[in-house]
Amino acid sequence: MLDHLASIGTPAGNHRPFPRFDLDRDAWAGLITTLAEKTDWSLVGLWADTALVHMALREDLAGTVAVVSLTCPEGRFPSVGGVRPSAIRLERAAQDLFGLMAESLVDPRPWLDHDSWPIRLPLSADPPDPLGNPEPYPFLPIEGAGLHQIPVGPVHAGIIEPGHFRFTCNGETVVRLEQRLGYVHKGTEWLMGGRSIGEVAKLAARVSGDSTVAHSLAFARAVEAATGSAVPERAVWLRALMAELERLANHIGDIGAICNDAAFAYMLAECGLLREKILRAADACFGHRLMMDRVVPGGVAVDLPDAGRDTLESLLAEIRATFPGLVKTYDEKASLQDRTVATGRVGPELVRRFGAGGHVGRASGRVLDARRDPGHAPYDDLEFEVPVFHEGDVNARVWVRIKEVEASLGLIDQILERLPAGPIRASLNATAGQGMALVESFRGEIMTWVEVREDGVVTRCHPRDPSWFQWPLLEAAIEGNIVADFPLCNKSFNCSYSGHDL
Amino acid sequence: MLKTIARNLMRGPRTMTGPGPAEAGVEELASRLDRAARTRLGRSLSIREVDAGSCNGCELEIHALNNVVYDLERFGLRFVASPRHADVLLVTGPVTGNMRDALFRTWDATPDPKWVVAVGGCALDGGLFKGSYGIVGGVAAVIPVDLHIPGCPPRPIDLLSGLVALVEAAK
Repeated sequence: MLDHLASIGTPAGNHRPFPRFDLDRDAWAGLITTLAEKTDWSLVGLWADTALVHMALREDLAGTVAVVSLTCPEGRFPSVGGVRPSAIRLERAAQDLFGLMAESLVDPRPWLDHDSWPIRLPLSADPPDPLGNPEPYPFLPIEGAGLHQIPVGPVHAGIIEPGHFRFTCNGETVVRLEQRLGYVHKGTEWLMGGRSIGEVAKLAARVSGDSTVAHSLAFARAVEAATGSAVPERAVWLRALMAELERLANHIGDIGAICNDAAFAYMLAECGLLREKILRAADACFGHRLMMDRVVPGGVAVDLPDAGRDTLESLLAEIRATFPGLVKTYDEKASLQDRTVATGRVGPELVRRFGAGGHVGRASGRVLDARRDPGHAPYDDLEFEVPVFHEGDVNARVWVRIKEVEASLGLIDQILERLPAGPIRASLNATAGQGMALVESFRGEIMTWVEVREDGVVTRCHPRDPSWFQWPLLEAAIEGNIVADFPLCNKSFNCSYSGHDL
Repeated sequence: MLKTIARNLMRGPRTMTGPGPAEAGVEELASRLDRAARTRLGRSLSIREVDAGSCNGCELEIHALNNVVYDLERFGLRFVASPRHADVLLVTGPVTGNMRDALFRTWDATPDPKWVVAVGGCALDGGLFKGSYGIVGGVAAVIPVDLHIPGCPPRPIDLLSGLVALVEAAK
């Protein structure tokens, strides 16, 4: 892939750690044709800047990652959505925020812009006034006998984030689900532009509260790549410790919540208790239950106290004593299995086409994990399994989580055993540059791209949450299932609204 | 599973002792709750949670209130699925432009008497997201707020103190 990109583009300097190539319009259009043939080149991200569009690609087997960029002074670029459907919503977002038009985009409807902002195209060079008198959002039309629609949201019945789901049903069976998102769009990317690295780190920590460690880590690693700054070794290990604690808390919480959506409250009670214990241990060790603002560019903000090792070791012992029993219960209860097995299936072909990662990808045979591919310290020095299942149903997504809980326990063991001594934070180099990082959150791979000035001001930051490539698959997963199984499917995906809407 | 349930029954609940009402909360509320409302509600309050734009951090901690350690229901507080069943709206996040109408309509659908509790730093004044084109401000920019629980996100124990203050004031 690198050879091909080098042959059609010009290498751009100051982009780390992956290469970036500037393409002209013809080369971009040609690359789209190539992508149609090269099915193993997956889309990692697509984001805009003023009169510029970037696309990150990965060659799946080789693990090579690269970015290509197209300057579009006329405000238009050939759409990638036709060959990589995962780009469609990203292109709609680029249209709404930057006013860059994706030519022949299969679905040109607005996405994040709900006609409620005081300006339009907020990230463009010269944002125009709102249109006024907005048209209602054109949902996909339906026709056929016996079909009815169920609109749900944006305010849902549970304690969850807002979004709109429009179900088209025939009796109990869902014929089509259409999502409309963007309700929690806070203008995060706009706020990130032109602020200091420290201020942007706080925003990055609040892209999605449940993966605050992972998003902070992705931002920190991108900034460190851009400025060519080194991080003290102890900080690298502490970061991994926090990331694995976050993964444990979320996966265990999710396993309980999925079972609860199958009306099996026992698992929610027991998993909820375990999750609470993990959060309390995190609080005792790092001073915050979710470990927010603990991973910062240059290192970590707090050190593990002396008593922290004992706290974590007894936490691990407790999880090891309790969790296997819960797994056994999950596996042996016919009433639970009846709900989760063969429900909400996503085929391997769809997962590949959308480049979905995390438990959604790994439950349908796509084995990618950013901790290993492309991998980063300290994971390249640690032993862990990346579980993969092939059934693609709710049950498989539960099992991916179960196996990842076990893997994270093993990782924390190794980290505690080998945690090096030393400083936990270093100052960043005052260098300008562009940087990119891939980090595995509990939900899947986060891609963060930053551009930093010499004076430590971030001129552009784009965090791409894994949810972008998972939400569209939820629409596919529910097709042909009954309405009552939607909460179960939705929870087994557990996509982020805030991380997606930004 | 049955063994665990039996052991749990023998060992007793793992629920922690509840906190007292937050001092500030009581003062903030006492003046706002009139006698009629106290008589009508007794010690039971139904809560409808609304995320008006949060990062989901606050929701995680509100969820924790339902776990066996905090066990919110023992205080007569329970989460309900519809604003039409609610006495209290628990609102998180800076209010985004895209959620403004939905939040107002949820408040409008909640029968009187009703109270609004704003949760988290963003819900006070937009927090870190202040000044963005995407938000209209804190919760008070859209609906009247009776109590604010600070924190990013507030710990469950702080949420509990605030809510207990609400019930105490209504007692």
